[in-house]
Amino acid sequence: MTRPAVLKRNLSQRLGFSLLSLMTLVTVLPILAVVIYIFVKGSPAISWEFLSGFPRDGMRQGGILPAIVGTFYLTLGTAIFSVPLGVAAAIYLAEYARENTVTRAIRIAIINLAGIPSVVYGLFGLGLFVFFLKFGTSLLAASLTLSIMTLPVIISASEEALRSVPQSFRTVSISLGGTRWQTIRRIVVPQALPGIITGIILGLERAAGETAPILFTGAAFFLPRLPNSPLDATMALPYHLFVISTQIPEMPVQVQYGTALVLIFFVLGMNLVATVIRSRARARRQW
Amino acid sequence: MEKSLNWREYVITRLIKASGYSAILFVALIFLFLLKEGLPALGEVSLSKLLTTRWYPIENYFGILPLITGTLVVTLGAALIAIPFGLGAAIFIAEVAPRWLRELLKPLVELLGGLPSVVLGFLGILVLSPSLRLLLNLPTGLTALAGSLLLGAIAIPTIVSIAEDALDAVPKSYREGALAIGATAWQTIWRVILPAARSGVLTAVMLGIGRALGETMAVMMVTGNAPVMATRWNSLFMPARTMTATIAAEMGEVANGSVHYHVLFLIGLVLFLISLAVNVTASTVVFRQKKRAERILS
Amino acid sequence: MFILVWLVLSAIIWRMKRAAICLLAIVFLVSCSSPAGQPVSSTQPGVIIQNKGSDTMVNLALAWAERYQQVNPQVNLSVTGGGSGTGIAALINGTVDIANASRQIKPEELDEAKTKGIDPVEHVVARDAIAVIVNPENPVSQLTLQQISDIYSGKITNWKEAGGQDRPIVCLSRETNSGTHVYFLETVLRLGDKKNKTLFSTETLLLPSSEGIINEIRLNPNAIGYDGLGYVPKDLKVIAISKKAGESYILPSITTVNDNTYPIARDLYMYTAGQPQGAVAAYLEWILSKDAQDIVAQLGFVPVK
Repeated sequence: MTRPAVLKRNLSQRLGFSLLSLMTLVTVLPILAVVIYIFVKGSPAISWEFLSGFPRDGMRQGGILPAIVGTFYLTLGTAIFSVPLGVAAAIYLAEYARENTVTRAIRIAIINLAGIPSVVYGLFGLGLFVFFLKFGTSLLAASLTLSIMTLPVIISASEEALRSVPQSFRTVSISLGGTRWQTIRRIVVPQALPGIITGIILGLERAAGETAPILFTGAAFFLPRLPNSPLDATMALPYHLFVISTQIPEMPVQVQYGTALVLIFFVLGMNLVATVIRSRARARRQW
Repeated sequence: MEKSLNWREYVITRLIKASGYSAILFVALIFLFLLKEGLPALGEVSLSKLLTTRWYPIENYFGILPLITGTLVVTLGAALIAIPFGLGAAIFIAEVAPRWLRELLKPLVELLGGLPSVVLGFLGILVLSPSLRLLLNLPTGLTALAGSLLLGAIAIPTIVSIAEDALDAVPKSYREGALAIGATAWQTIWRVILPAARSGVLTAVMLGIGRALGETMAVMMVTGNAPVMATRWNSLFMPARTMTATIAAEMGEVANGSVHYHVLFLIGLVLFLISLAVNVTASTVVFRQKKRAERILS
Repeated sequence: MFILVWLVLSAIIWRMKRAAICLLAIVFLVSCSSPAGQPVSSTQPGVIIQNKGSDTMVNLALAWAERYQQVNPQVNLSVTGGGSGTGIAALINGTVDIANASRQIKPEELDEAKTKGIDPVEHVVARDAIAVIVNPENPVSQLTLQQISDIYSGKITNWKEAGGQDRPIVCLSRETNSGTHVYFLETVLRLGDKKNKTLFSTETLLLPSSEGIINEIRLNPNAIGYDGLGYVPKDLKVIAISKKAGESYILPSITTVNDNTYPIARDLYMYTAGQPQGAVAAYLEWILSKDAQDIVAQLGFVPVK
């Protein structure tokens, strides 16, 4: 090649790379800035009383315990319903299903569940769980709604994890006399467990942060005490943040940022745990 | 012991099979429910009245066109922001960044993808809208643009994660082959790797747009919710009302079974069908790409 | 019951991550202990009253609930907003005991209630003035009802047409599910005329809450908005309103609401399904007492007497 042509190529490459790195910076930095900004403005509000007390004075003072506990219960409820079902479905797809039209239909269904807008889940939850099945505005209805929403994440991640276990593991187990289920239960699943757990945590993280599905199915503005049964309504962190940033006059800005910070901690904390599990598992992998 | 083992195995296998079909069950259930509660609206409010330009349900104006155009404008704006930046960042992370930076950025982006939308909406009201109003000299900062920016921020991590995975999955041999015949890294990326990862990248873009389309809280807080027909050239810089925000804002007030209730479910049905269309298209494209790739590689 | 779930979950997780158990244990302990500020009644069974509806009244309802809990710890009140329409819909659906409404129940809603066998009973619990507010930088201080109607219906689009600077007018409103919205539509846009069919202009921003309106007005000199007087902070500018051109311009206050000189004042209601019984009746009686009505005045509303 001629010298000028080479120079031109190198120049365009360097320009291109700088452009890309700039784009990445613009993409990553603002969101990072958001987290730092909330951290800075919100941490003055965090105290033991804030995390463990009940709201007072029209929720302008006191703590956000009911919201924290509510989100925790919702996440738990979601896990109870979506984890067994999701992992079982993933096992089916990875171990039992053959590549036919039905399986393709199942996969398309999963992709669709993942893409349905969260407010449509809220509508569905309202229509089915709150009205039709008469659960009312409750933890139960909200958890069920959230768990259907979480299902596709858990199924996809678990299936991928199960598939990544080498076939040789299975073959050896069966050659030693194990049944299919024994192989799955004692060999494949434990090997795939880190990936499955990562998927579960990421799914639950999304459920914990969502507002629209719980808006009509379980969330309450103010409750004087913690929920006692699954049929009680509950306060929840994302809904609480929405309410205090839009409905209450003279709400101290610090309390708003503090609540946002707690929510971010909760959600990103789960994400961090999942990432750590994933990278440690990758290091410890036996294949 | 043999017998009980076989019996247990049988039951468990049946349960697992049933779980496998559950995904189809749920999609069908959701679809049926939306139909059940949404179709009556077509009977109560004629189609011609639904396709008008005034949305004011408490006086029985049920024109859903402003809502559809609002969703379109905000989502399109979000796509215009999210696609270039998302793909750019994905290419950077997958191909250009050194290993240490990659290990840092990839989990960072995934971490940021977990940010709840209500937090972004919250900051949108306090920080973004006023800034937009001052920067662009608009009457108000509560506009479709604010919504698009937030939606873009929400969609980008999805696009980056999936596209980066797709780019990473391109076999090393492609890269090495291209470099061997004298291409620069830059040329390799654009002419070899990106086309090879086309299906994955397309999936990433569609899933990202799907995420933007379905977002509710952030848009409800920053777009102003004015039911205008967003069809002028500068509609992006004016307030708009999306279908998702409409459902979220009005669902609480409707009496079970009223006309308004049915119309809101109809809107939900429309949203469901749109996301269905996007997802089916994405998976068919991917499927066809895969088949073609298999034919080429075999 | 939840304790059992806790234990089971801990047992499962025990096999995986010890850190997770510690976390669970901490949250478990925190949620079960009696931290500072937790109401005494939370551990006793007691009566629950569900209270839902008007966002205008939600803070008032909350203040009442907090005070009543000190007066009568056996009763637990749960308060939710969502708009007057939401509250009345919930009353009709049978999911709440008291619906808060900043407007009267509509004829269609009454019909709906009758078909479900519910007979809504109206109680006036406070009065409220609707304040029209603008940014403090805005030089305009007074408007007639007709001018406000024209601004919100889109006939007047620039502040200079109303005596102000050359700036576009940005109209802010509550959402359609808000009683305040409906009241404003009937009383201001339509000037009280039932046959008038004027609507809000499509450019009107429909914000999901009062705070959204307050925030935007605080930051935006082009904006005009309306809300209950109890929501207007001291730093925003309230417009004096006259019923017709030529009459005097009145600012909203407890006096002007009670002697009916302020043109846009209204009653705030609580609806029950049928005549209230037991705990609900006691609560409603307490709301009309001096104790509760003092809270009304404190929050910027107008007491009933």
